[in-house]
Amino acid sequence: MKRHLISAADLSRGDALLILDTTEELARIADRPIKKLPTLRGRTVVNLFFEDSTRTRISFEAAAKRLSADVINFSAKGSSVAKGESLKDTALTLEAMGADAVVIRHSASGAAHRLSGWVQGSVVNAGDGTHEHPTQALLDAFTIRHRLKGSQGSQGSGLDGLRVTIVGDVLHSRVARSNVLLLSTLGAEVTLTAPPTLLPLAVDTWPCSVSYDLDSELPKSDVVMMLRVQQERMSAAYFPSVREYRRRYGLDATRMARLPDHAIVMHPGPMNRGVEIAAEVADSPRSTIVEQVANGVTTRMAVLYLLLGGTEFPAVTS
Amino acid sequence: MSTASADRTSWLIRGAEVAGPGSRRVADLLLAGGTITAIDTGLSGAGAHVVDAAGLIALPGLVDLHTHLREPGREDAETVETGTRAAALGGYTAVHAMANTEPVADTAGVVEQVWRLGQAAGYCDVQPVGAVTVGLAGTSLAELGTMADSAARVRVFSDDGRCVADPLLMRRALEYVKAFDGVIAQHAQDPRLTEDAQLNEGEISGRLGLAGWPAVAEEAIIARDCLLAAHVGSTLHVCHVSTAGSVEIIRWAKSKGWPVTAEVTPHHLLLTDELAVGYDPVFKVNPPLRTAADVAELRRALADGTIDCVATDHAPHPVEAKETEWSQAAFGMIGLETALRVVQQAMVDTGLLDWAGVADRMSVRPARIGRLTGHGAPIAVGGPANLTLYDPAAPAETVSQVGASKSRNTPFAGMPMPGRVVATFLRGTPTVLDGKLA
Repeated sequence: MKRHLISAADLSRGDALLILDTTEELARIADRPIKKLPTLRGRTVVNLFFEDSTRTRISFEAAAKRLSADVINFSAKGSSVAKGESLKDTALTLEAMGADAVVIRHSASGAAHRLSGWVQGSVVNAGDGTHEHPTQALLDAFTIRHRLKGSQGSQGSGLDGLRVTIVGDVLHSRVARSNVLLLSTLGAEVTLTAPPTLLPLAVDTWPCSVSYDLDSELPKSDVVMMLRVQQERMSAAYFPSVREYRRRYGLDATRMARLPDHAIVMHPGPMNRGVEIAAEVADSPRSTIVEQVANGVTTRMAVLYLLLGGTEFPAVTS
Repeated sequence: MSTASADRTSWLIRGAEVAGPGSRRVADLLLAGGTITAIDTGLSGAGAHVVDAAGLIALPGLVDLHTHLREPGREDAETVETGTRAAALGGYTAVHAMANTEPVADTAGVVEQVWRLGQAAGYCDVQPVGAVTVGLAGTSLAELGTMADSAARVRVFSDDGRCVADPLLMRRALEYVKAFDGVIAQHAQDPRLTEDAQLNEGEISGRLGLAGWPAVAEEAIIARDCLLAAHVGSTLHVCHVSTAGSVEIIRWAKSKGWPVTAEVTPHHLLLTDELAVGYDPVFKVNPPLRTAADVAELRRALADGTIDCVATDHAPHPVEAKETEWSQAAFGMIGLETALRVVQQAMVDTGLLDWAGVADRMSVRPARIGRLTGHGAPIAVGGPANLTLYDPAAPAETVSQVGASKSRNTPFAGMPMPGRVVATFLRGTPTVLDGKLA
């Protein structure tokens, strides 16, 4: 594995499977009464969050703490960043404090990549602008494999032949970018479904297919992943109204009924209930939304463990 | 290279290959009193400094139509003095200083200040460009006639950095400058189509998650402006053409006989948007780097004359404006010191242009477009002694990040590039000798 995790494209199929298999092993430990492992004792993980994202930050924080790492949370608000400090100077400050890993969330695409040129430790991209969010893709892949292939016997296996339909604002979605790359690396067939205005111009160069028609995709999907649609896109003329968006691309109970029986519904959160996803869908047994959150912690544990080369964790005999 | 007692204003250049129309010829050139007094073989250099120019190309002093010297206002990035030093080292004898200074060069006072600073620096002539609209705001015309009548004798007007987007204002500007043989140099960029845009819209921008800058945002304005120029019978110059589609429109406009000229930057002749994959803002520029297909078409268009000239768009920025996230970084690249080497690599070494063509595209035509007298004349007896001596056979050396410019935002740093500017003469006086400031 590379030293940093900035893009899902950094991961070979072997790397991705190693992370998923490690996550599976850690998930078993998570079922024990004492969840904490000593593997990253004495290591420092900095959560560098330039964008508000409590969900992602606490997920990384829980992951690092369960591995016994020291965690420093650095939020841009009220810090020197708010006083105009540059990313580079912030990086040099963290460097001087001896961070072994920096988890960065930033509104600018490429910020994680830039940071990796300025620090010695590993950089984990926790979402950079409209570029990527690779740990989200990893936890999504893990959730898909766990749900559709089972925890037993799925070790070492990819997502070959599974059909995943990603629906919504692909143009501005770091989740979609990372998922297209990772899921295709793992052998899944990915289809992007969105109004043409919310797809990148050169999406035909991506390792996936494209459809403007959600209804025709649903019967052949094993997984439907709904993306959050931001209200402000409407004012920029990406679509005429929330009502029309919901009518054409929202997932409600009627549409959900067109899915095969085994199919699951995913959402990276936070949801706009009643816009891209109806409440009865979000709360249905097909929905993996809560599992995704739980799997997020274990997946991030696996990433930090593998990037920082922690000591072996005790063998699980269950 | 010289004799101690010789006259500083009398120079004998021995054995240069004179770039000009017609057959290649190797000759000696005698410079005296600011003019070329003789061109022949076996000239005697009694009393003159002698420069051995065997193997060197003699070009008419280069003229840049598009330079940001940053003074007044951003002297931390560049000054007229440092910028013109860089220009001289790049082989330039005249540069057009763009108007987006602080304050904006939209009055006679500011353009005269820049003009005087150029005179004082002495490394090359500085011809100020005036703003088209007050404060580059795009709402009301600046006093174009007053700038034209000033000591700076402004003929080129541009809101460069911003587009004159309002079609009516553009029409009026084109019409108005006919009274004093002016030209409007348009920065073609539809503002609505490029809101927050960061990188050429295509495969790379989609992959990197950087907001796309569509080619059509440039092409639509160029098409509109060509039609306006034809309608009012005035002269349009298109700044930094960057797309194959723009070339097609300009070719069409010229085929109609319309008074349209265009420039291309060295970086758009060599670099593509793929360089952005590392998110290093040294490759962030306006207009953005485009695709390899665009680069190939721009080269063809410069070779066949559809694009009239090379202009650097030398845009200095301090280190902190580039050592940042891509979306927060400033647009722009420096290019005066590397322009001729880039043109050799992209145009001459590829067989697209000979040295006579380089003289035409980097000196004769830009001077004509800029209405500059005393520059851009083909090398001839009686002509002004503005000359550049260039060694195309100098072994390829990697470009240094540090040069005479105050800024270091060169996208070519570390790239091996052929050629070397050996000497530059401004009205018979060397500004550069042996590759160093004289």
